Amino acid sequence: MKFTEEHEWLRSDGDVVVVGITEHASEQLGDVVFVELPEVGTQVTKGDEVVVIESVKAASDIMAPIDGEITEINEALVDEPGKVNEDPLGDAWFFKVKPSDDGQMDDYMDEDAYKDFIG
Amino acid sequence: MAWPERVRGTDAGLISQIKLALFGRNRMSDALSKTPLHALHVELGAKMVPFAGYDMPVQYGLGVMKEHQHTRAAAGLFDVSHMGQVIVRAEDGYKAVAQAMEGLVPVSLLGLAENRQRYGFFTNDQGGILDDLMMTNRGDHLFVVVNAACKADDIAHMRAGLPDCAVEEITDRALLALQGPQAEAVLEEIVPGVQAMRFMDVAVMDSAYGEMWISRSGYTGEDGYEISVVADQAEAFARALLAHETVEPIGLGARDSLRLEGGLCLYGHDIDTTTTPVEAGLAWAIQKVRRAGGDRAGGFPGADVILGQLESGAPRNRVGLRPEGRAPMREGTPLFAATEGGDPVGIVTSGAFGPTLGAPMSMGYVPHELSETGTPLYGEVRGKRMPATVADLPFVPANFKR
Repeated sequence: MKFTEEHEWLRSDGDVVVVGITEHASEQLGDVVFVELPEVGTQVTKGDEVVVIESVKAASDIMAPIDGEITEINEALVDEPGKVNEDPLGDAWFFKVKPSDDGQMDDYMDEDAYKDFIG
Repeated sequence: MAWPERVRGTDAGLISQIKLALFGRNRMSDALSKTPLHALHVELGAKMVPFAGYDMPVQYGLGVMKEHQHTRAAAGLFDVSHMGQVIVRAEDGYKAVAQAMEGLVPVSLLGLAENRQRYGFFTNDQGGILDDLMMTNRGDHLFVVVNAACKADDIAHMRAGLPDCAVEEITDRALLALQGPQAEAVLEEIVPGVQAMRFMDVAVMDSAYGEMWISRSGYTGEDGYEISVVADQAEAFARALLAHETVEPIGLGARDSLRLEGGLCLYGHDIDTTTTPVEAGLAWAIQKVRRAGGDRAGGFPGADVILGQLESGAPRNRVGLRPEGRAPMREGTPLFAATEGGDPVGIVTSGAFGPTLGAPMSMGYVPHELSETGTPLYGEVRGKRMPATVADLPFVPANFKR
């Protein structure tokens, strides 16, 4: 699993990459009350705002961490946004993206580096 | 995720204060004031944020949602010591203070009974609201509680406007709020006698924690009390309250969602110098005696505007809004009359997800002709016009002990 400075995690699963937010991010956000997901088939570029999360505190965007095509979204989050707080690293993944090129995850942090990053 | 995340139009707002604290890298907590309960908040694991110049708890371990629900189900303890407590005296006693103060607020203070409290607001010459406040007849003086962010201005305003009165800021007392259906039972154990108080009653009581100034009021839509206690007893008193299993500490986050469900205005957001009391739906706080035809009609700043609007209505009104779906319409969201085209007809001044309501809720201003309950409107969220319906306030019925 790799981590971004924007507090997202990425996990390779066959030929797609699964994306979610870290426990640290879900704690900082507080109770999540609304999630808006992208459409399957959308072509995304690294840095695109692809998901909107609203918590009791504020609205946040999740950005595409890599270039590629959205192949699957976790629709369960739309009805149960609280899952983002309960299981951010597991059940509450946001979307799967098929990378346009290999190697896009290489520069992201591993778990130890991310732990240092959030200090 | 995008840090800092997108929140529109909340520069002075609670949300942006929360953002600053949660996401800002440079906290300048050294420059912030601390309430007498500061050490207790930290010990209880609160997330502290700068708010109105104070380092305040925005949430504790339960989190905003559960803290909100706990307050509605049992009892919540809030530290509101950042608010201004002010005593106003005149040589000739309460009547003289009340008469003078009626020159600053459109409220009947001469008609306020001893040990009773009234809500009101300081107005400006345009009929706008400088601050909202609670005022109490304490027999030989007037006791006033004002918003933290406005207190220096309010005190200067009173000193200038009440030249024959002594305006004393009380700085050696904390202010706590105990709110929720269990508040009465809990406080009665510590301060016997509070049970007999009715909504908006005020009492000075002796207790194991020194002299307390207690009012049966609050900012949550629940029954409860606000308790002024000497600063050096505040922590012991708070610990005694928290020792009850029905009492949890509640932060500013839940305070905001509770008051919004209760349809209560937050100064600087839902009301400010550009909104009149009539536009804001606060005309109920202006007694008949201060209105046109009353014995003490007018005589406060902006009376011509406010009395005129009381007669013929305001051009715009504060309304409740229920957005469709689950996405909150936050402060600053522009409101439209149609799904496409046209200029904005209004704006959201507060918006959040209502934990008790189980749905998003907002308050905002719309033209009078679009203010009727059931009127369909559209709020532009992230570039899309989302439907919302004008709704009655409060969103969650109040639970006061009248």
